[in-house]
Amino acid sequence: MTQSFRLPEGGLIDRGRRLGFRFDGRDYMGCAGDTLASALLANGVHLVGRSYKYHRPRGILSAGAEEPNALIQLGEGARVEPNQRATQIELFDGLRASSQNRWPSLNFDIGAVNNRLSRFLPAGFYYKTFMWPASFWMKYEYIVRHAAGLGEAPRERDPDHYDKTFAYCDVLVVGAGATGLAAALAAGRSGARVILAEQDSVLGGSLWSGSGETIDGEPASDWIAAARTELEAMEEVTILTRTLAYGYFDHNFMALVERVTDHLGGEAGALPRQRLWKLRAKQVVLATGAIERPLVFADNDRPGIMLADACRTYVNRYAVRPGKRAVVFTNNESGHLAALDMAAAGIEVAAIVDLREDPMGPASERAEAAGLRVVPGSAVIGTRGDRRVRQVQIARLNAEGTQALAAGETLDCDLLAMSGGWNPSLHLFSQSRGKVRFDAGLGCFVPGASAQAERSAGACNGTFGLNDCLAQGFAAGQQAAKDSGVKSGRKSAAAPRAQNHDFLPARWCWEVPSDKPAGRAGKAFVDFQNDVTVNDLKLALREGYESIEHVKRYTATGMGTDQGKTGNVNAIGIVAQIQGREIPDVGVTTFRPPYTPVTFGVFAGRDVDGLLDPARKTPIHPWHEQAGAVFEDVGQWKRPWYFPKAGETMHQAVNREVKAARDSLGIMDATTLGKIDIQGKDAAEFLNRVYTNAWAKLAVGRCRYGLMLNEAGMVMDDGVTSRLGDAHYLMTTTTGNAAPVLAHLEEYLQTEWPDLDVHMTSVTDQFATVTIAGPNARALLAELAGDMDLSSESLPHMSIRDGRVAGIEARIARISFTGEMSYEINVPASCGLALWQALMTAGAKYGITPYGTEAMHVLRAEKGFIIVGQETDGSVTPIDLGMDWIVSKKKKDFIGKRSLTRPDMIKTDRKQLVGLLTDDPKEVLPEGAHLVEGAVSQTPVPMLGHVTSSYESPNLGRSIALAMIKGGRARMGQSLQAPLANGKTVACTVTGPVFLDPEGTRLND
Amino acid sequence: MLVIPCPHCGPRCEIEFSYGGQAHITRPEDPAAIDDETWADYVFMRDNTKGVFLERWVHAHGCRQWFNVARHTVTYEILASYETGAKPPKLDFETQV
Repeated sequence: MTQSFRLPEGGLIDRGRRLGFRFDGRDYMGCAGDTLASALLANGVHLVGRSYKYHRPRGILSAGAEEPNALIQLGEGARVEPNQRATQIELFDGLRASSQNRWPSLNFDIGAVNNRLSRFLPAGFYYKTFMWPASFWMKYEYIVRHAAGLGEAPRERDPDHYDKTFAYCDVLVVGAGATGLAAALAAGRSGARVILAEQDSVLGGSLWSGSGETIDGEPASDWIAAARTELEAMEEVTILTRTLAYGYFDHNFMALVERVTDHLGGEAGALPRQRLWKLRAKQVVLATGAIERPLVFADNDRPGIMLADACRTYVNRYAVRPGKRAVVFTNNESGHLAALDMAAAGIEVAAIVDLREDPMGPASERAEAAGLRVVPGSAVIGTRGDRRVRQVQIARLNAEGTQALAAGETLDCDLLAMSGGWNPSLHLFSQSRGKVRFDAGLGCFVPGASAQAERSAGACNGTFGLNDCLAQGFAAGQQAAKDSGVKSGRKSAAAPRAQNHDFLPARWCWEVPSDKPAGRAGKAFVDFQNDVTVNDLKLALREGYESIEHVKRYTATGMGTDQGKTGNVNAIGIVAQIQGREIPDVGVTTFRPPYTPVTFGVFAGRDVDGLLDPARKTPIHPWHEQAGAVFEDVGQWKRPWYFPKAGETMHQAVNREVKAARDSLGIMDATTLGKIDIQGKDAAEFLNRVYTNAWAKLAVGRCRYGLMLNEAGMVMDDGVTSRLGDAHYLMTTTTGNAAPVLAHLEEYLQTEWPDLDVHMTSVTDQFATVTIAGPNARALLAELAGDMDLSSESLPHMSIRDGRVAGIEARIARISFTGEMSYEINVPASCGLALWQALMTAGAKYGITPYGTEAMHVLRAEKGFIIVGQETDGSVTPIDLGMDWIVSKKKKDFIGKRSLTRPDMIKTDRKQLVGLLTDDPKEVLPEGAHLVEGAVSQTPVPMLGHVTSSYESPNLGRSIALAMIKGGRARMGQSLQAPLANGKTVACTVTGPVFLDPEGTRLND
Repeated sequence: MLVIPCPHCGPRCEIEFSYGGQAHITRPEDPAAIDDETWADYVFMRDNTKGVFLERWVHAHGCRQWFNVARHTVTYEILASYETGAKPPKLDFETQV
């Protein structure tokens, strides 16, 4: 199709680079420099979507970020993205897009029946209708969800990748229109480190929308090019185009998203699709411009009804005629500027309908001089046309502007350009916690006092004349650089100069009067995206939603992907008018980030898949992998869970591993246990204060088990600590708790006991630890440990010695978590794999068997040893665990001691650790099962506690379980019931928690 | 996201730090000597100040040192940071609120 609405010359497009694209299955051509919207308009396409609720035909309203209507589904397959603004999508060759919210097609849409039914679909319809019965909500929700919404989310995984980066600067300038460029030039010239961020692909902002502007006597385009050249030559200045500053957070932290390769259309190569900038600026200059307001009149939403300045933009920047015959409807000077530019581009301007009684100002004077027809004191009170506006109805207003007199003439047109004034883009200012105030003269909200190191300049500050914008931007840039601490070495030139073209004077008219009573005229839309009409606002107020925040939530005005950029202030004005209040008293709703939607991928960045969380692997990991281990995650560590042989189930493998450790010899990789090296002359005193038991008398070369509490008296960790020298200890922690324990110890050391001479560091990664356990452990170690005396006299249970194992320098601790004779051999991490292999080779004669965490859990449960985090959950004291033997009565104090005597801690009905044996020895209780007394005949049944650990014990030939039961120790021998989710009830008996070798003869030997 | 002035490392981004709650809460010298209520007050109860709040931070991904910060809980402005054990700087707490 030809670009029949393309102007023969002018614009910021490259007619030599023609780009083919497809919209709704039809092929079109556009030019480099086009947006999807401008390319569609160049081909005469205005109808681009159906509205959210009524499925009304909608066209392109704007030329920028504020677009509420032209939301399209961009791309195909995995790269499809819903709700993209056609006005901001840069055209590329091969672009594929489709319209949304229509079925079966845009031209013929079944859902449009909603428009006919609209009388029955007022604001709050869904709230009111789908209330009862509550049990039906799930069904309703299904239907409502299908009826609502615009685009469709992609169903496949995002194939692109995204980056994140940090940046710091003296001055961040947001927006590179005339104001932002002046600010960046001033700040850059003073030597400041400047970042200039512009969401558009080009610098210059609204200068490209105008025609014939000059700055310092040059055409604006030349000035923009010169500014860019100068900025690019400055070493400390970075220009980020296609970069949206979408969020302003505390301490001048700004989030920006850069569209790195979107405009290349899938030719990303090694580059990321988008990049997240986390930017900290010493000073910020906001030069975010302003957004034109629509006028609110009956049937103001037909395709072909556009913002006046957008029409200018399409004509001047994109060299597109958005129509052949235009009517302009305005309450200020901007409509006249648009009319002049459209007329110059060969668009017939049928009339300028001006709400003002006596239009005056430089643009209206020019329009009059150009012979354009101006209809003053009048309004458009209705439009006709199905898929495109084709006629407008105008009427004179009474002197007060509150009523339309009898309908006057109708005008044929295919374009209606409207201007209701301007809204400064206050989003970032407001996010920075700055309070906005209403300026009655400008008819809009403007920034109040700054809350952060920030200043607004130009149109976003309520300054609309070009010369004033340049002066204000320049001054803001200079001041920001100075305030950032930069000492200017150069004398800056004066601010650029230009002519002012204000949009004032204006006549504010929030709801354009109609000649028909309310409800009889067509729908007058306030919020196009959410299909909110004036009548919806009135209904909300009638129903008692008085606060503007409530009106927003009831009607959905200001919600959605555009967040009310075009509609909010009109809604506030209309609410104020109906309530008879002043606009400042109505207030504004909260501006929230992001400014326009940001894709989730950019927040994920590279932190996906294997990079989501670091995987920690021991030096022996490759061996486990080769042996076919199944791994489980413990914290960030990958630990072998069990080592199945060919054809073995998990159950069989674990039973084999457990038996091997009891009957002959097991070997386990214990490298992941946290290891903290503690040194200093007060180390023993320190341990005394952080563990519940006594440490002063622990001899060098001996080990002791310790229980660590928090100040509330609850168990937070356990482990064995060994005394390596007079003032040297090695503490071990549970695998998942190593970092929190070290942090806990550091906190007390630094903040409570800075007088103690203690130093700590993590040595978890420096050592590999291999545990060998079982009756043949000593024999194996003896073979590899040279002449080291391993007798119980020389190396008794709970002692540690330096030596060599298989020729490797090693620290050998005789400690046991299995209840078997057991050694933990620590070697430098780099020797871990060699040690493991040496042990495996020499241990072959004993049938040495690697065991994983599951077998370890069974082995320790047979012995009634707790696992912190399994038996405990942050609400368990040592007394609850029956471990009073480890709580020193003599020590005056340790962390948590005082809490153990609080009234709640000494209640006899606290949950206590017990063992459980099911009456049927084959029945294995599920962990987490609840326990009750007696038969479950009626609910609710008082719950006594829950199963914390439960296994089949191959050594005992039956199932065993540990549980936390209210008053458990007084219930020994009592029969309890475990009602399961599947309806079955399992009977069991309370026992002590130690099932095997309660005297500990196996490990002391 | 805050910029927190570590007394040892200088201003750094909040992601390097962990929060430690209210500052200047001293662990009782002799916990056994105080009643349950006083002990519970020490363990569990903290102020919820609107205005300048003295709080603890630790430079967890930096020097690992604990220190104190005077932060305004409404504006999030950080007015001072100082080492653990030091006295808080003289601040006009009333007018800051």
